[in-house]
Amino acid sequence: MSAVTSPARQASGGIRARTLNRIVIYGLLALFALFYLMPLFVMLVTSFKTMDEIQNGNMLALPHAPTFAPWIKAWSEVCSGLTCVGMKGYFWNSIKMVVPAVVISTLLGALNGYVLTKWRFRGHTLVFAMMLFACFIPFQSVLLPMATILGSLGRFGATLRNATGFSFGLGNSTVNLVFVHVVYGLGFTTLFFRNYYEAFPTELIKAAQVDGASFFQIFRRIMLPNSLPIIVVTVIYQFTNIWNDFLFASAYAGSGDVMPMTVALNNVVNTSTGVVEYNVNMAAAMIAALPTLIVYVVAGRYFVRGLMAGAVKG
Amino acid sequence: MSTVAETQIKLTPEHDARPGSTVRSRLQDLLPKIVLAPSFAATIVFVYGFILWTIYLSFTNSKTFPSYAITGPRAYQRLWRWTFESDPPSSWYTSITNMGIFGFLYIAICLALGLFLAILLDQKIRGEGVLRPIYLYPMALSFIVTGVAWKWFLDPGLGLEQTLHQWGWTSFHFDWIKNKDFVIYTVVIAGVWQASGFIMAMFLAGLRGIDGEIMKAAQIDGATTFQLYRRIVIPLLRPVFLSAFIVLAHLAIKSYDLVVALTSGGPGGSAWLPSNFMYEFTFKRNEMAVGSASAVIMLMTITAIIVPYLYSELREKSR
Repeated sequence: MSAVTSPARQASGGIRARTLNRIVIYGLLALFALFYLMPLFVMLVTSFKTMDEIQNGNMLALPHAPTFAPWIKAWSEVCSGLTCVGMKGYFWNSIKMVVPAVVISTLLGALNGYVLTKWRFRGHTLVFAMMLFACFIPFQSVLLPMATILGSLGRFGATLRNATGFSFGLGNSTVNLVFVHVVYGLGFTTLFFRNYYEAFPTELIKAAQVDGASFFQIFRRIMLPNSLPIIVVTVIYQFTNIWNDFLFASAYAGSGDVMPMTVALNNVVNTSTGVVEYNVNMAAAMIAALPTLIVYVVAGRYFVRGLMAGAVKG
Repeated sequence: MSTVAETQIKLTPEHDARPGSTVRSRLQDLLPKIVLAPSFAATIVFVYGFILWTIYLSFTNSKTFPSYAITGPRAYQRLWRWTFESDPPSSWYTSITNMGIFGFLYIAICLALGLFLAILLDQKIRGEGVLRPIYLYPMALSFIVTGVAWKWFLDPGLGLEQTLHQWGWTSFHFDWIKNKDFVIYTVVIAGVWQASGFIMAMFLAGLRGIDGEIMKAAQIDGATTFQLYRRIVIPLLRPVFLSAFIVLAHLAIKSYDLVVALTSGGPGGSAWLPSNFMYEFTFKRNEMAVGSASAVIMLMTITAIIVPYLYSELREKSR
């Protein structure tokens, strides 16, 4: 633009300034990319090094002789406290907790969003506001009562098992965590679906009603097939949040073989018996990070949308 | 017109003349509420009920186990006294001072860095599609993983210090993570690393939403890039600032895992935040009433920030 309005000499100066400008911008962007990548890079290369190389080599150097041994050890024999059975059991604990919790909270969120937009009743805003506020509370304010309730349910479950031979899942840490994550995840899933369905044409619902479609028929045949993007967003958001949770996990499944991944990782890293094997610790951290990282790489767009929807309402 | 009338007849059971179908259509009418009821009930009981329960406990003398005889605001009085006990600092004094330092720096740096990166990325950058996910990926990691990674990176004997020594800068000294006066700043570093990319994404979305015509008009009027951003763009981003502030403030107050994983609480609990204080006092030091009182204070702080925000958001929408 300036080339048109100004003399040629000035224009070439402008171009030089512009080039310099671009170099500075790209330089800064690259520098920050390094800042964000550094910890992951260090974690990754360390997990492929031998202990000898870690102690004598440079943190940033690539491994001379990459070895999978730390990963194998982290997966199947690393010690958490005094039990040395690797991360694999804890990994499955997390999976067993995450999958049902995500499915249930997403489904409930979809139903709630559907009711709160298409079947409105007096006070629907208040109901929504109350559920929404629940997203933001510090969970410390419900931590102790929930621990008390889960504790007595566990005792009740033990009684039931003695009487009937089956505890109905009461007192099972995984069941407890699924329950907790569903309850405290409802606010977000409801928010996601409500905001999405808000924009969904109500005329379509009305038309289906005229044709005699029932509440659930409309939900299954009209709403759900048109909800794929928001389902993906919600599932990813819930998956990341629940997989990464530490507070509930440490309070309700904080020790023994019922720990989810995050708690186990923290224990592994803080286990100080014998020589600390940093390469194994880093491999364990990578194993804990991989599921959410993979989701991020595969569906980053939806991940960001979820974060945004959780941050900026509407 | 006729369809509308028909719909209304279908929707309101009173108009349904067919005998026997009244119960069914009334059920149909109630169904939405029945579907919503379990979720709402769960919220009432497990969120609001439990909050009341915690408030109740904070007025008792509960130690290792809950006790339900109200003994007055003793827990709050103790917290209040500890608030001013700075020499030697009480755990509560440390926690809230850390909250102030961490909260302020975390929010300020994330906002500044996020805005800065967003503006840089908005200069028609080639490779934006590569850079953006790089800035944002830490948000997908758990605080525990972030803590483990940074613990390693900041460890004087293994990480940055050691590396720079090997490169020849032998006088370089960086042991904040082991220093009780500075350990909270390492929490800021790791926290900013994790969240700033997301704040960048929020600002970038805001920038992309600004009408290009306004920018063009300002440029034609001879505004420099700096003026353009200071006078026009940044004021237009006010709503994004607000949202980002809310997100960061509530993340900051809830921060717990990062302190545990990065510092294990720091030397002598010097990296504690109120969330760590609550957990330790409730579950480890057998001071349940004090722990509950600290949880109530955390809740009130977040409420003071969130409720006005939610109120204005919801009201705006229903208008």
